[in-house]
Order: sequence, then structure tokens, then C-alpha cells
Amino acid sequence: MASPTHQFEIKPLIELQLSGVDLSFTNSSLWMVIAAFLSIAFFAMASRKNAMVPTRIQAVTEICYAFIANMVRENIGTHGRQYFPLVFTLFMIVFLGNALGLLPYAFTYTSHIAVTGALALMVFIMVVIIGIFKHGMHFFSLFLPPGVPLWLMPLVIPIEILSFAIRPITLSVRLFANMIAGHILLKVIAGFSVSMISMGLAGYALGVLPMLFNVLLIGFEFLIAFLQAYVFAILSCIYLKDTVELEH
Amino acid sequence: MELEAVKLLAGAIALLPLIGVGIGLGTIFGSYNEAVGRNPSAAEILDKKFFLTFALTEALAIFALLIAFYLVFAA
Repeated sequence: MASPTHQFEIKPLIELQLSGVDLSFTNSSLWMVIAAFLSIAFFAMASRKNAMVPTRIQAVTEICYAFIANMVRENIGTHGRQYFPLVFTLFMIVFLGNALGLLPYAFTYTSHIAVTGALALMVFIMVVIIGIFKHGMHFFSLFLPPGVPLWLMPLVIPIEILSFAIRPITLSVRLFANMIAGHILLKVIAGFSVSMISMGLAGYALGVLPMLFNVLLIGFEFLIAFLQAYVFAILSCIYLKDTVELEH
Repeated sequence: MELEAVKLLAGAIALLPLIGVGIGLGTIFGSYNEAVGRNPSAAEILDKKFFLTFALTEALAIFALLIAFYLVFAA
């Protein structure tokens, strides 16, 4: 029986070495391409002919749009409209990665910290660069919450700097750890069925139980897949808010 | 103690944060239900905040689980 962590293995599909750097096209890349293709195809198909009374597929895309647009407006404010494409893309790529990974034999690219870390670092570096570009040195007042007494400053400022610097780590680890834990749980429960079947005829009857439990878990995992994409997008919004307006 | 036993024990200790996460999730669910019970029309606003806090709290349990997996299988 394969181990529960076997599913996270990265296999190169097309070997490609470029001056010592491994640029192979892996199963991870394949599923990223599938996710990108799916989202582009879906939104292109839905917005091909826009009707006043939306068709079903158009209604779905409008719900997606309104969902993210509301999130951006509520968390960044009206000046945050320029970040809508970024947040929308982040949400779609994370959500599709999580959701496509639930298909049998699929690869969950969000279960690798290399992928989630790159996404989180992109948001983090963007916040720093745009923040300094827009506010200049005033950006660093971020580390001093308003209304803090002077004698508390030596304590508050390191804590604020630490909590700012740790953002990309928590953002990426939250997503990848959730995906790892959920998928290992699914495979461990599925493994119970396999080991029960090996017990003989009674095992076949008992082996159905873990499978039924897995049906429930898949539903729960789909909720988690959506929820983590939502949390990733909303936290990106909250971080990007610092570049638009500082608290004081 | 044998290495294998220590690993399992360390994994079990690494899961102790689940106590706090359990208390926290209970508080979140309880407060959410109480708030919606008092003012059902606020459910739509509360839903979003509820899901965010739920996911943030739940992530702590996942972190602990990851450390436990690491201690038992990888360390």
C-alpha cells in the first residue's frame, strides 16, 4: 500500500536542465497550467456574449466578481480598486489549486510551500515596495501604532516589526499545512478500507464504513478548499491596505 | 527511553495546543450562534467575520498537527 504522503511527490514529466538549474515540467506545473487554462476558458466563455438577463454561466462569473469586489471594497476601501485584478487572480489560482487537488489522482500544487511561499512573498514584497514608493519614509510609521506612550515604544516597535516580517510565513504555511493535513487525512481513512478488505469477506462489509466517512470528509475538504482561498485573499487585502492608507 | 517511544511522545506533546484551539473554536461558535440568535438580520455581516476567525483559529491546530507529523515521521 502506498504511503499517505506519496501523493505529494513531484515527478518531472519533461526533463529540462538549463545551466545546472532544474526547469523540468513537473506534474505540479501541469496542474497549474490546467488551473490557469480552466479559469481563462471559463471566464472567456461566460463573458463572450453578455446579456442583460444573465445566463446561468454568466451568473456564476458575476457572483465571483461581486464576491471579490465586495471583499476588496470592504477591506481596502474605494481606492483599492486597482488591486482587484491581483486579488481576483490570487483567489482563483489558490481556489482552483485546492479544489482540483480533490479529484482522484490529481496533484495539489498548493500543498507545496514553494508555491504558496512564492505567492505570499509576492504580496509581501509588493506591499513593501509600493508602500515605500507611495509614502516614502512615512511608511515605517506602520511599526508604531497610534496612541502608544513613549516609554512603551522600545517594546512595541520590535513586536510590530516581527509581526510584520512574519506575515509571508504565516500566510503561506497556513495554506500549505491545511492542504497537507487534509489530504493526508483523506488517504489515511481510505487506507483503512484497504487494510479491512485484506481481512477477508467480513472486511468487505466493514470496509464500506471508512469509505462513507471519506464521502463526508471530501465535502468538508471542499469547504476548507474554499475557506483557505478566501482567507488567503482577504489577508492579502488586509496587507495591501497598508499601501493605500496608513492609520495616521 | 527508546528513540521510537520518544518520537511518539514528542508527537503527542506537540498536539497539546489542540486544547487551546478547542476552547477557542468553542468560544467562536458559541458567540456566533448567540449573536445570530439575538439579531438574525446581522447574520450576513457576521458570517464573513465568523469564517475568517474560524479559519485563523483552525490553522493553529493544523500547525500543531504538522509539527506532530514532522516529529513522528521525519525527525
